[in-house]
Amino acid sequence: MLTLDAVLNGLATAADEPAQLLPARQQMAFTLGFHIILVPFGVALTSLTLIAHYRGLRRGDSTALLLARRWSKAAAVLFAVGAVTGTVLTFELGVLWPGLMGTYGAAFGFPFSIEGLFFFLEAIFVSIYIYGWNRLPPWGHFWTGVPVSLSGIGGTASVVAANSWMNQPGGITMRDGKVVDVRPSEVFFNGAFWGETIHMLLAAYIVAGFTVASVYAVGLLRGRDNGYHRTGFLIGFVTAACLMPIQLFVGDTLARDVFNDEPAKFAAIEMVPTTDDHVPETLGGVLIDGEVRYGWQIPDLGSILADFSPSTTIKGLDAIPADVRPSDRTVSIVHLAFDVMVGTGTLLALLAAWFAWLWYRHRQVPRNRWFLRACAVSGLVAVICLESGWVVTEVGRQPWTVVGLLLTKDAVTTEGNIWALFACVLALYCAVAAAAIWVLRSMRRRWRAEGDDNVTVPYGPAPEPEPVAARPGPREQ
Amino acid sequence: MQDTVAILLFVGVIAYALLGGADFGAGFWDLTAGGAERGRRPRHLIDTSIGPVWEANHTWLIYCLVILWSGFPTAFTAITTTLYLPLILAGLGIVLRGAAFAFRHNAMRTPEQRLYGALFAVSSVLTPYSFGAIAGAIASGRVPTGGNGNAVAGWNHPTSHLGGILAVVVCAYLAAVYLHVEARRADDPGLARYFRDRGLAAGVAAGAVSVAGIFVLHSDAERLFHDLSHVALPLVIGAAVCGIACMLLLLTDRRVLLRQTAAAAVALVVCGWGVAQYPYLLGTHLTLDEAASPRATLQVLIVVACVAGVTVLPSLILLFRLAGRGRLTIH
Repeated sequence: MLTLDAVLNGLATAADEPAQLLPARQQMAFTLGFHIILVPFGVALTSLTLIAHYRGLRRGDSTALLLARRWSKAAAVLFAVGAVTGTVLTFELGVLWPGLMGTYGAAFGFPFSIEGLFFFLEAIFVSIYIYGWNRLPPWGHFWTGVPVSLSGIGGTASVVAANSWMNQPGGITMRDGKVVDVRPSEVFFNGAFWGETIHMLLAAYIVAGFTVASVYAVGLLRGRDNGYHRTGFLIGFVTAACLMPIQLFVGDTLARDVFNDEPAKFAAIEMVPTTDDHVPETLGGVLIDGEVRYGWQIPDLGSILADFSPSTTIKGLDAIPADVRPSDRTVSIVHLAFDVMVGTGTLLALLAAWFAWLWYRHRQVPRNRWFLRACAVSGLVAVICLESGWVVTEVGRQPWTVVGLLLTKDAVTTEGNIWALFACVLALYCAVAAAAIWVLRSMRRRWRAEGDDNVTVPYGPAPEPEPVAARPGPREQ
Repeated sequence: MQDTVAILLFVGVIAYALLGGADFGAGFWDLTAGGAERGRRPRHLIDTSIGPVWEANHTWLIYCLVILWSGFPTAFTAITTTLYLPLILAGLGIVLRGAAFAFRHNAMRTPEQRLYGALFAVSSVLTPYSFGAIAGAIASGRVPTGGNGNAVAGWNHPTSHLGGILAVVVCAYLAAVYLHVEARRADDPGLARYFRDRGLAAGVAAGAVSVAGIFVLHSDAERLFHDLSHVALPLVIGAAVCGIACMLLLLTDRRVLLRQTAAAAVALVVCGWGVAQYPYLLGTHLTLDEAASPRATLQVLIVVACVAGVTVLPSLILLFRLAGRGRLTIH
């Protein structure tokens, strides 16, 4: 078991690591982990909004229109926070990892320029869409939302291109430690690009879908059983539930790609100390002094999952040269994170199947309380799943920043007191998170109390009366 | 090729100075607008005019960072490892400002709005100051090619402080002029006068700081001073002419070309900086040529910029036109 001692030992810096490494990694992990939660809402919540919006316009469904309008406002708040935390990440790449940006900026940097392009379009059309409610012609307004969803997808793909390049770098020629030639399409569409991108995009939609569904599941549980809550629940849940089986398939394929292309990461994921065939599948457990402890092992399953045969040989950690072998701690983190990701993902898939069964029997939004309770926590579970997936990717690459090319300890800055910076960032982000939650809750309170969003703006005059026709219909709350 | 990318980078810097700068300046006026009751109307105008556009304006910063690190990675790391303190301050300001602005917009009670408003406003001064200081440090050659320059001395010197103060004043000036035009469009003569007075004051302050800057640069950054007074002299004079023209237009209550002259004055100053520094990227020691990425990366950046030209620019124009016509008013 992980005792406090082990944690403290883990926090102590290894002798050959620069002192900046641990705080820099912690800070990067924290800020990335924070930002990644916001991504689904920037990328996918807008799409869910458009689904509701389309339904509202097409069927004259005022409830769906009201939902779309409120979701777009929640998305706007989260998009704003996502934009600024994303900017912080661009700063951090330079401030914390000059070894990465200075040497590989020429290769690794340009996918970000494409991301910048998409982000620009997203920011422009988000504003038009959000501020366009009741001001632009209905269908014209709907179409201004479409570029938001599309550029969210394009932007995600571009950022993941940069990330996947760090996992499977290619397309560059090095001379004397400098990048002298770049083959852009090989950099962008690197070996890990498609798998990682599709996995992440699906994850974004699934997280957004379940989160939206869990909000309305809570409402349904509390007896607010009305069209507003049922529609909100259905749009979120059905989107996520339909994508869940695809995600399981993509994830499984991706794991086999990792087995073929990134054997070191696969050894960590499966926690395989020595190269062998008939490798068991280890569930849980940690690696201590190179030995698997406390895990539950299923004979041969590791080999079967890797390449459909118990005689498949899996490269173990011993195949990695000792000086770049990940530590026991790193391997344990990757392995447990992988278990958590697969475990939570499977639970979500089962939830989707449960829904399909209930729907098949009753043809309406299930009123089964245990089902709704499970849905109420599904958003949180999806976020945990997403986070652990990123832990697998990021920690799984260690001790490399760019696999085979750049060690993390060579990428990190030598400047400044990173612990102090990290403490400030931690405090700042906690405050922002608390404020964001507070604001979202107060928006909800306001919607519930007044049933309308057209209240005064900061220091503003009384709202002007709006044309009756453009207003959403009677409220069902 | 690297010159083209450098020009693209500079276009971004100018756009950020003009658009992002005006948003920051609006924050400055928000800060100085007085108590909740007295500052209600100016704050409301600020809110409605930057609400729909600030996110797009903020994106120019990301554009600049991305072009800098992809096109000139060594210079990027030299800057980040030397000037990390002002960079962190700028980052802090950006987070507080963006978040606080979005939150204030949705907050319900006045105390909350006040808190977010104060954060928004303070960070609107902190961020341009930091960026100005960074520009001053780069221009005066305080960033060594290999990076890891002195973290404090790198930006704690007259040129940097001049850059910082000038940035804050210029942002305030731009914002006041823009808001003045905005108030006239909204048919609010009282507010128009309010921002006209502030525009004039900020314009005078910007002029005074610039004149003081001549002496500061003369003693602190000789090469920059030399090039500004030789190669870049036409641009500097142009900036001064535009600045004065804008002041006259403000004084005589004309609306035509008001924003254009204000923007041109600022853009010409930034251009002057760029021209004075050419062909160096870092002060006097690292040329664009030496800092540039391999050809293929530069090509990609140029292609991306061209694609942006045909996709982003029309979208931006659409956004500004909709916002300008009041089609995106807050509700």
